[in-house]
Amino acid sequence: MLKGRHLIEPHDFTPAEMEEIFRLAETMAASMGDFFSLCRGMIMATLFYEPSTRTRFSFEAAMYRLGGQVIGFAEPNSSSVAKGESIADTIRTVACYADIAVMRHPKEGSALVAAGYSPIPVINAGDGGHHHPTQTLTDLFTIRHYKQRFEGLTVGLCGDLKFGRTVHSLIQAMARYPGVRFVCVSPGELTVPDYIMAGLPAGCAVECVVDQPLEQHIGKMDILYMTRVQRERFFNEADYLRLKDCYILDRRVLSRAREDLIVMHPLPRVNEIAYGVDDDRRAVYFPQARLGMIARMALIAKLLGVS
Amino acid sequence: MITVASIQNGLVIDHIPAGKGLKIFYHLGLDSANLQTALIMNVPSNKMGSKDMIKIENSDDVNLDDLGILAPQATVSVIRRGKTVKKFSLTLPERVVNLLFCKNPRCVTTVEQQVDHVFVRLPGSSSYRCKYCDHLLAV
Ligand SMILES: [Zn+2]
Repeated sequence: MLKGRHLIEPHDFTPAEMEEIFRLAETMAASMGDFFSLCRGMIMATLFYEPSTRTRFSFEAAMYRLGGQVIGFAEPNSSSVAKGESIADTIRTVACYADIAVMRHPKEGSALVAAGYSPIPVINAGDGGHHHPTQTLTDLFTIRHYKQRFEGLTVGLCGDLKFGRTVHSLIQAMARYPGVRFVCVSPGELTVPDYIMAGLPAGCAVECVVDQPLEQHIGKMDILYMTRVQRERFFNEADYLRLKDCYILDRRVLSRAREDLIVMHPLPRVNEIAYGVDDDRRAVYFPQARLGMIARMALIAKLLGVS
Repeated sequence: MITVASIQNGLVIDHIPAGKGLKIFYHLGLDSANLQTALIMNVPSNKMGSKDMIKIENSDDVNLDDLGILAPQATVSVIRRGKTVKKFSLTLPERVVNLLFCKNPRCVTTVEQQVDHVFVRLPGSSSYRCKYCDHLLAV
């Protein structure tokens, strides 16, 4: 039963509960128009204590497409935050007006605090560098949409695998399905941290490929998840410049891949995927953004208990 | 040397490092527990040089869970009719509230004033994980 629940961490829901959301999302993707009044009369609050236009648009579009309304703030200066109100008080006030709340906050654990005080469902839309469960929901739904399964897939991950929380959550989420293999391609400085590796179930196959060209390994992948190297993660500019372009997916590299590969990216990209790849039908990073909105529609409907 | 009468029934917390007794006395809530208690400070000790002790008369109903962190080297004796019937050393609690404080500057507990600081021990380890931000703290 998902009605009334919060989504704070990627693993708050079991694979069976995730499947319930994915099934509804797939129906929504096939006939979006059938759902335009599902949330009529309901209000979603978007509490964005730090700006994230992309995530906020995705949530707001999802609620509007379900026939609901949206209230909220998009930056802290204009809000109660500026007056020093606590998260606990803000969420209890907002819950008087709205049926569901979406929160983004720079502090780690903030969504968990909100959930502890909230009588309405809280969705974590990013708490600092900590969790971002609807990105994981988006990634999984994209994989399911294109592959119709999770079991037995070979997932390639490429780029910054050290700091990218999206990648860590995806590894942990996919590791819950049997027979999934990972191929991790990164520079030596940006490999998957040990604590992520240590937390994986026994028998989970992970191949770490360090400082080797992507083209040597792309041929065995069902999915290639590209990430960008973020400047703010580096103390010195020289390291950033050296590492930022070390893996670039272009047509030449992609020509080594299987015909049924899908290329994913959480967006925005910098230059790790060449524009020349965009027209290839294996490139699904823009459809991925649309699927993310649809996954959020299904999530909202399930938490509100209206589906 | 000050003499404090031996207790007949109750608990004796011994080998508390000198200077920590008062903090522990408050943390265990003994200041408001309405129990007959004695806090003895700077008692000469062969092992420790000097130590603090707490004696609690007529009650074993004191939650000592946090003592494993506050004074891991302390020992607890259960007294019946003036005799020690049980003596045990301390173990680390599974979960502590408002005893450990998160050192992660990005943790929500640094800004949200009224929220309880909650840490859960990693199984088989002396490290604790912040409930909010997952940062680890070794004790
Ligand atoms: Zn913390």
